[in-house]
Amino acid sequence: MSLIRIDNVTKLYQTGEVPVTALKDLSVTINQKSFVSFIGPSGSGKSTLLNLMGALDKPTEGKVVINNVDIAGLDRTQSAIFRGSNIGFVFQNFNMIPVLTVFENVEYPLLMLKHISANERRDKILTLLDKVGMLDQKDKYPNQISGGQKQRVAVARALVTNPKIVLADEPTANLDHKTAYKVISIMHEMQKEFGTTFIFSTHDTKIVDEAEIIYTLEDGVIVNSEVKTNN
Amino acid sequence: MNNIIKIAVRNLFRYKRRTILTSTLIAFGVILVIVFGGLAISFKSQMIGIITNTSMGDLQIHKKGYVESIDNLPLNINLTAEELASIETKMKDIPEIAAYSPRIKFGAMISNYAQTSNIRLSAVYPEMESKTVSDLVTRIKGTMTDPVNFLKPGEILVPENLMKGLSLNVGDEVVLVATNQDGSVNGITLRIAAMIENVLGPSGKDGYMHINDAAGLLRMEQPAIVEIAVHLKSFEQLDKVYGQLKKEFSSSSLFEIHTWEQLSPFASIARIVDILIFVVKFILISIVLVSILNIMTMSVYERIGEIGTIAAIGTTPRKILSLFIVEGFAMGFLSTVAGVVLSLSTLVIMNMANINFTFGQMNLTLNPGIPVGEVFLTTFIVMLVSILASYQPAHKASKMAPVDALGHT
Repeated sequence: MSLIRIDNVTKLYQTGEVPVTALKDLSVTINQKSFVSFIGPSGSGKSTLLNLMGALDKPTEGKVVINNVDIAGLDRTQSAIFRGSNIGFVFQNFNMIPVLTVFENVEYPLLMLKHISANERRDKILTLLDKVGMLDQKDKYPNQISGGQKQRVAVARALVTNPKIVLADEPTANLDHKTAYKVISIMHEMQKEFGTTFIFSTHDTKIVDEAEIIYTLEDGVIVNSEVKTNN
Repeated sequence: MNNIIKIAVRNLFRYKRRTILTSTLIAFGVILVIVFGGLAISFKSQMIGIITNTSMGDLQIHKKGYVESIDNLPLNINLTAEELASIETKMKDIPEIAAYSPRIKFGAMISNYAQTSNIRLSAVYPEMESKTVSDLVTRIKGTMTDPVNFLKPGEILVPENLMKGLSLNVGDEVVLVATNQDGSVNGITLRIAAMIENVLGPSGKDGYMHINDAAGLLRMEQPAIVEIAVHLKSFEQLDKVYGQLKKEFSSSSLFEIHTWEQLSPFASIARIVDILIFVVKFILISIVLVSILNIMTMSVYERIGEIGTIAAIGTTPRKILSLFIVEGFAMGFLSTVAGVVLSLSTLVIMNMANINFTFGQMNLTLNPGIPVGEVFLTTFIVMLVSILASYQPAHKASKMAPVDALGHT
């Protein structure tokens, strides 16, 4: 069953006088509970595509339908609420809120969106921190933990609202191979356990093997797709 | 909302030195307003108290046209016995009026038999005058056996500079010569009961005598009153009683009523004090506006990536706006609390120190105090300006496109 449907999407950016085409008439469908990777060189359109799938941006042409919602019809507030309810994000630079502890960083999306009791919230956060192996670091601030640990916290934060989709743009770019592999493994485990669709972009060929479906992008166009059956 | 407050307060302390410097500046502004306000209000109220309680009274009633010619001390613009009785009846119906004193005011020549000078005289019923301007006796220098009846018929209180100028002493005899309403001249011999100080310094030539002596000197069958000084039970009721008397006399075009501030030159000084308090408040507003606007603008520019993150994970533009406004508000609030505590402590210390100073001939003790309303007003101003100053940067943050903010380096 399709969760994300991208139909003939073109995305142009105006940089100075010259428009730059980031995506060119691109179509792709991503099903629920899949573990998908987009690979490609820098400037191939991976981040632009993930931004569209994350309702962070809107296409110049074409249609982006996520969980049966056409994101072009959402205003800024509706987009924010939609993202909070449906999409989790893992960023290349971890993007922790520096004034909040590990626990509070994971708690933040719940406080912004969900009206659940403090006890229920606490149980949920502690469970997730335990699953990503960060329970013992819950009271530390982001500047007191390593990059790999930050990214594990980011995974927990992305999952805390039970989103249908987690988007990770180059989640391992700032990590060493061992840590990167560990983070991707955790993401894969979470995908299996919670049935969340994980979509990540990377150009790290070692970690891309973890993906079930791999799309290769070049110059804003999908030039190859590979479906693996052994995962 | 609790979460927004928590994040806002923590963000404030992210850059401790900057926050402390800005807060100190705002707190200094609050201290300036409250301490200066306390001193100025205290000085003003003491001065008004002295002016109204030692000479002028809170209100004065005259025959229509008298105040216009007050410098000439005209005797012909006076109240008839019927008019005086009518005014007294109306005043008795106003419970806020504590006392009143009818006066004759006129100019005369004073002589020690060798030298002559001019003098302005207030002829009064001593008992009524002392009830109306109860601190008048504090201006009288000499032994006062009965402060209520501070003058007896045949006595005069002579101002300090005339005493010195004419080489007079208490107990000496002086001759007063005055022109009455008809233009004829008459004289009377009086004994100096005491010396009287002028409120604002040794330049005055205002003396006091008994009203019956004045009536005799001016050849009046009945004292022709030119002024009624009125004292209220509470100074706070001035506007109310003034309005009431105005209304009472509105049907008659015979009388005019003035408050102390319409008659005393000190009212201009009081207005200048009010303007200075306003200027200090304006300085505070400027300090808060510039400080908060500056710090919040810097905060927004430093945290563009963070704004992108919170927007991406579902924070609505409205909540981002609130986050930054609460941050500016929190800074204003914390600074104001610090400023209020410090300034009230300063006022308490100043009160304990019992600072004395002289203004004109008056010895004043500095008892600075600030009305609670002024403290709340100052707090409210800072809070309001903090919100207004935070709004522009907060609005900018809330309008950022998440994708652009996330890509900001």
